[in-house]
Amino acid sequence: MDHFVLPNSGHNFDAKSSKMGMWLFLYTELLLFGGLFLVYMLYRYANQDAFLLASFELNVWMGTINTLVLLTSSMTIAMSITALQKGNNKLAINLAWATIFAALVFLVIKYFEWGAKFDHGYFPGMDHYNELPHGERLYFYLYFFMTGLHGLHVIVGGIFIAVVIKRIKSGRVNKNRISLLENSGLYWHLVDLIWIYLFPLFYLIH
Amino acid sequence: MTATALPQPNFFQAKKGIASWIFTLDHKRIGLLYLFSIGTFFIVAAGLGVLMRLELLNPGRDLMDPQTYNQVFTLHGVIMIFLFIIPSIPAVFGNFALPLLLGTDDVAFPKLNLLSWWLYIIGAFFALGSLVYGEGGADTGWTFYAPYSVKTGTNVTPTVLAAFILGFSSILTGLNFIVTIHRLRTPGMGFNQMPLFVWSLYATAWIQLLATPIIGITLLMIVAERVFGIGLFDPSIGGDPILYQHLFWIYSHPAVYIMALPAMGIVSEIIPTFAQRTIFGYKAIAYSSMAIAFVGYFVWGHHMFTSGMSGPAGFIFSILTFFVAIPTAIKVFNWVATLYKGSINIQVPLLFALAFIFNFMIGGFTGLVLGSLAADVHVHDTYFVVGHFHYVMFGGAVFAFFGALHYWFPKIWGKMYHKATANVAFVLLFVGFNVTYFPMLILGLQGMPRRYYDYLPEFHGLNMVSTFGSWIMASGLIIMIVNLFISWKNGAKAPDNPWNGITLEWQTSSPPPLHNFDKMPELPEGGPYNYPDAISHQEKN
Repeated sequence: MDHFVLPNSGHNFDAKSSKMGMWLFLYTELLLFGGLFLVYMLYRYANQDAFLLASFELNVWMGTINTLVLLTSSMTIAMSITALQKGNNKLAINLAWATIFAALVFLVIKYFEWGAKFDHGYFPGMDHYNELPHGERLYFYLYFFMTGLHGLHVIVGGIFIAVVIKRIKSGRVNKNRISLLENSGLYWHLVDLIWIYLFPLFYLIH
Repeated sequence: MTATALPQPNFFQAKKGIASWIFTLDHKRIGLLYLFSIGTFFIVAAGLGVLMRLELLNPGRDLMDPQTYNQVFTLHGVIMIFLFIIPSIPAVFGNFALPLLLGTDDVAFPKLNLLSWWLYIIGAFFALGSLVYGEGGADTGWTFYAPYSVKTGTNVTPTVLAAFILGFSSILTGLNFIVTIHRLRTPGMGFNQMPLFVWSLYATAWIQLLATPIIGITLLMIVAERVFGIGLFDPSIGGDPILYQHLFWIYSHPAVYIMALPAMGIVSEIIPTFAQRTIFGYKAIAYSSMAIAFVGYFVWGHHMFTSGMSGPAGFIFSILTFFVAIPTAIKVFNWVATLYKGSINIQVPLLFALAFIFNFMIGGFTGLVLGSLAADVHVHDTYFVVGHFHYVMFGGAVFAFFGALHYWFPKIWGKMYHKATANVAFVLLFVGFNVTYFPMLILGLQGMPRRYYDYLPEFHGLNMVSTFGSWIMASGLIIMIVNLFISWKNGAKAPDNPWNGITLEWQTSSPPPLHNFDKMPELPEGGPYNYPDAISHQEKN
């Protein structure tokens, strides 16, 4: 049955709304990590020597490579958005795939990093971990919690981009309705941004 | 409505079947889903409250052992805070009324809105699931203070996860409302032409968005501490329990304003409608909501005056706490000034709004006692605190919730409640409320500590009074609920605009059609509360 439709209907497509929603969601993500950064700051201040000692256990090279991988992926997703804006769907899809590929590389490297820590018994609850002094325990706990939560965001971001690829193929995301791709890009930049802070905090402060 | 327009089925008739409800994208139906789920939990938790009062009727053990009492007050708190009062007004009446007040047909993200309700239900299952296995429900109080919460054998983990999931539901609702308010206002409605309930939802939504993630991550840390025993918050293995309290109250104090601000918005709707008069100081009320939301972020430390805090920190938190009283007082003065020379129509919603002002003022003034450093040391963790926050939460927010329920009842169901019965219920609730909680303020000043199942014999008299009050209140509650149910089924048909309101929801039929408006709603000239009759009345004087 036909009915009167308001011009300001909530069921209209509105690119500005969806982008605003994404930005608001990113604020909440920043605050979620913000709580952890606060805890990190306080315990680092209280246990400076232990945190320093524990940080030598991390592999700076692997962290650096992962940083480069994520920075590159931020570039590819930004290029993908520009490609779609210019109407080049195929290039946009390929660049989005490149971003997902980078996400996978990041996770594989992370897997080896975490695997090495597990082998040495640094995961909370393991025997070696329980013998560590309190400050170092806190360091490894925060390391696993924060990089783990970040890794989860990498996975979610990758799935998000995969969904967008599917929608570009089906035509539901296109030159004129680009906001979903832009949102996945915003989310991906956030994932990148958080890593940009995690990397120096855990790997570089010596 | 023009005679030529096709009669649209209302949103109850538009679709049938249970799936059309639990998977609906319609904001009105989602609001009602919330109303029934939240209402159920409220009745359960109110029942637990009555049981606790019964235990406290006499000194010594009457009804339950201390451990059961601890679990009962924890469950009462968790349900009332996380499952009832935080979502109550925004999720029920925000969902139902916000798009109508803005003159649109839905919120900005209808699917996200449905997801919020489902998250709420999943969170509720976690909270109740914790009761049925192992050592039973959490016995920590709703604050989950470390180190006890990381050591007790009861099921703290699922309860904490429930609060985490409910937090996400709350965040998504807030996000949805902010975008809706920015993007979906009817043409011609600027921010300063929005109804004041919308302003209060806007302020609330920002708090939901910016404070809730902190509690989310903190509760995950509690879970990790319980599983791995890291020494984050447990001092026996090197942790810092004060840090937990900071992180907890960074969210949970602003959460108080998540509960109170929408209630103030409801009062700001009800009072001009029943005074038939322009609201006094529209901008002052609107901006004071934002001021409360803003200042409310910086006062969390006043919960921790006795748990170890430097002198300057305590002093600053105390001063900032006093600042919150200023925008609150601005609102109260403006409400009262609105009533002055209005043509007042005394109806049940107005009575609830007036009761809100009365109760909330007692709650607010006792809050100042607690906010001042020296006095707080004496009354901290006594029944004075229990009395204070029930005056703010129950006497304030819940009375406004009941007021809103009566105010929009004819709009939601197209029926009128039985007015005489509703008056009786109101009187019982108001009297019962004050008889229950005012003695607690005195008991607290006399030194009765909170959270015990027992007390010294010298406190017996006032505790009996308080328990009697809880019976009066419970009977008022039962009469109110039964009355509303009977009126929903058999009430007299209500006109589209029974209160002669001029905000946009009164321009559509009752119940509204699925798409809310069958023609373009017309904004009242000169602001949302510009009652034409009242203006001519004033000019005559």
